[in-house]
Amino acid sequence: MEDRKTDDLFDVAVIGGGVVGCAVLRELSRYRLRPVLLEKCFDLGEGVSKGNSGVIHAGFNVRTGSLKARANIAGLKAIYDLAAGLHVPYRKTGKLVVAPDEEGRRHLEELKAQGDRNGTPGLEIVNAEAIRKFEPAVRGKWALYSPWTGIISPYEFTIALAESARRNGAEVRLGRNVTAAESKPDRFVLSTSSGPVSARWVINCAGLWADEVAGMAGSADFRVYPYKGEYLILDKAAGDILRMPIYPVPPRDESSLGIHLTPTMEGPVLLGPSGEYVDDKNDARSTRPVMDMLKAEAFRMVPALGRFPVIHAYTGLRPKIDGPGETGGPADFVVAESDRRPRWVNFGGIESPGLTAAPALAEMVVEIIGTKEALSSKDGFEPGLPDLPRFARLDDGARAARAAADPDWGEMVCRCEHVTRAEVRTAVRNPFGANSLDAIKRRTRCGMGRCQGGFCTPRIVEILQAEGLKPEDITKRGGLSRLVFGRIKP
Amino acid sequence: MTVFGMGKHGNVGVKTQGFATPLERLRDVDVAVIGGGPAGLAAALGASRAGAEVVILERGKRLGGILNQCIHDGFGLALYKESISGPEYAERLMDDVGREGIRVETGAMVLDLSADKILRVNSRSGYSLVRAKSVVLAMGCRERTRDMIEIPGDRPAGVWTAGTAQNLVNLQNLRLGNEIVILGSGDIGLIMARRLTFEGMKVKGVFEILPWVGGLERNVRQCLSDFSIPLELTTTVVDICGRDRLSSVVVSRVDEALKPLAGTEREIPCDTLLLSVGLIPENELSKRAGVELSPATGGAVVDEMFMTSVPGVFSCGNVLQIHDVADWASFEGFVAGKNAALHARGEIPTRGTIVRITPGAGVRYALPQIVRRSAAGVDLHFRVTAPRRNVWIEARGSASGTIFFRRKFPRLLPSELQKIKLTTAIDEDLEVAAHD
Repeated sequence: MEDRKTDDLFDVAVIGGGVVGCAVLRELSRYRLRPVLLEKCFDLGEGVSKGNSGVIHAGFNVRTGSLKARANIAGLKAIYDLAAGLHVPYRKTGKLVVAPDEEGRRHLEELKAQGDRNGTPGLEIVNAEAIRKFEPAVRGKWALYSPWTGIISPYEFTIALAESARRNGAEVRLGRNVTAAESKPDRFVLSTSSGPVSARWVINCAGLWADEVAGMAGSADFRVYPYKGEYLILDKAAGDILRMPIYPVPPRDESSLGIHLTPTMEGPVLLGPSGEYVDDKNDARSTRPVMDMLKAEAFRMVPALGRFPVIHAYTGLRPKIDGPGETGGPADFVVAESDRRPRWVNFGGIESPGLTAAPALAEMVVEIIGTKEALSSKDGFEPGLPDLPRFARLDDGARAARAAADPDWGEMVCRCEHVTRAEVRTAVRNPFGANSLDAIKRRTRCGMGRCQGGFCTPRIVEILQAEGLKPEDITKRGGLSRLVFGRIKP
Repeated sequence: MTVFGMGKHGNVGVKTQGFATPLERLRDVDVAVIGGGPAGLAAALGASRAGAEVVILERGKRLGGILNQCIHDGFGLALYKESISGPEYAERLMDDVGREGIRVETGAMVLDLSADKILRVNSRSGYSLVRAKSVVLAMGCRERTRDMIEIPGDRPAGVWTAGTAQNLVNLQNLRLGNEIVILGSGDIGLIMARRLTFEGMKVKGVFEILPWVGGLERNVRQCLSDFSIPLELTTTVVDICGRDRLSSVVVSRVDEALKPLAGTEREIPCDTLLLSVGLIPENELSKRAGVELSPATGGAVVDEMFMTSVPGVFSCGNVLQIHDVADWASFEGFVAGKNAALHARGEIPTRGTIVRITPGAGVRYALPQIVRRSAAGVDLHFRVTAPRRNVWIEARGSASGTIFFRRKFPRLLPSELQKIKLTTAIDEDLEVAAHD
């Protein structure tokens, strides 16, 4: 689809629809501005933002004085209320960083001290007995307990931020790959796969491709090194024995937080991630040795998890800007207006704790724009989103009332996660036109259960056709990922 | 679709959340059958013929379950003494259900089952509670997935379980791809190899990790050999490639421990991979009700009446044990349904001394796992762990060593469920074993 008014001038173009881009877009939608978000994939959160642990970090793993630390703590203070207002499910679970021995305990003390300096609330070193009380299945001698850590669905949060921005007048365009940027005196002209887009400001939130996008404007001050993390997901029954994220003492080189166990809102437990520099920014492959290693590491901390089957594997890439072999510890977040290209702002190296920090990082964009021009708040900014009910979370009375009012609430599409046709219908009609199987999955949980889509996929294929798609236009994740090659007989 | 009346037994003991008037959507019934496939239809018939008021709750839009997508023949050989297609088989049972006047709800999914036999049901005609005196579990099974067998690689479109693919092809007229690889030699995979060949797709090979075929021998002949589709045993898929759509798989031979043998990898270009790598009895509702499950079958532990550990809850068909022919699922259904009706009338003892039947050497499982002491004429199902020739099957009393059954079988395959009759009354625990 071609953009109709290609010579339109936007005030701000945000490149990249991950959690940071969407948070930036929402923040901009508070002001009398005309912002647009350009995303090359066919849904939001398709990159770094979907391939992580979904943990709200409390800020003790990051170096005191860094932007990472400031943004993490500021984001922590904002994110729970923000998620509640957007009706994104989250849980303030608390977290344990578990040490097997006394040497580990010394490391925990250092982490606690760092957290205390950063402003992380309520950190405590606890003993084996307390660990058992918190999480009977966890093996460890000492642990750092962080009461403010929590879990959230990172893609649901990302999508909700974009929906909130859109509700407040921002535009979102999917499937728009920015391929070049021309710098004119008063504007940037971005070439995209569907025609040019002009904007006075550009905010580069392109994650793994932030270096290449920055390069288009001649402002490449950093290089992004993709750092792959593989995950496994255990059956939701595992959630019954794990309430909070369990982390090992992190490796000394601070390259990652180590292989940890993270419960999710609906029960499945995440194992991972591994950590490995790769060459390909599209590398999403799971590998046999890492799958085996993840299980071995995770089950060492929580042996009881070994009895639950793996239901899914996924991979995330962290956009590191410190390359392999570089010393001096992990690089800090980069959020800066380009020296060479005024009104062009780059985000670089937004890895963990980027999800938690996103609301705070978004505010920095407003500050940067505010130094150049006066921003005035818009009347009637609506901070929240309507609560879209989930059938699985309704009580008997609410289920009966909904099914009586609309038969689509009575038609079950997903047997594992108990999703109705009404919810799928709403997801298919999302405001961004994201209608791939994965887009529906992230909005409804269809396909995330034990049967991995065996039951719901034929039903969703039917619903998508009822909603007007041709069979050959139904995809797994947009683009060339078509599910079927049309009809057998015309 | 028949919508049946409001309950007449009051709402004592039924806890609902948030209903304005709890009675409003509670309905009572003698026997609720969950699932309207070959087992559930038969169970409803068995229960109705034994005098019970029955309701079938089927989540699909029509009765028949998975039979509807099985458009090949081979059904009915045991029950109707002729070879008919899946839909025809379903139709015969459905005609009987209609003649019996059995109440049927389609598009009705049971979401919860409690130990006191309260069912939560959602359908386009409303969300409601059903209270049954007896329940027959006939939910069937689901397929093992790529993730359960942990195949590494990319995550492209074009990777399907065979049954889901069968739905898309046979019920929705959709073309899966052009070049197909099938992993696993279960019956659905074999049937699909032939089906896709008929529709002009190229099936490049069927690969099986075990040294023997998972499906029936007749299916290997009629679906692979007759079409010159290669079958390779002790071979599995070790990698899946393609960013958006599948572009190839890598297959590798495996050693005795089923681990891939380095150096034997071979890349096969294809756009579609079907997985026929096992079926899992779908016992989510059984677990909700507290039914004891057998790790060997994945289904309920049952007695000779097909009653589970929860009194009044019966199990039959693929939710109890994976069958290789639908007729046998129906046979179980008839018996389970009849006993559910008897239980609803209080005519089945739920207590009493029991003996246990356990698998011994060479036997993967034996079913029923529990028999009421002194029961005679018990039908005993079993599967062997590996193909065997000229093998003795022996059921021996664990305490006395008494032989309750002994027969020589010329050939036994793990893919073929066996049934034998124990003619004498059983008065001690039994072990069923295979000996040369």
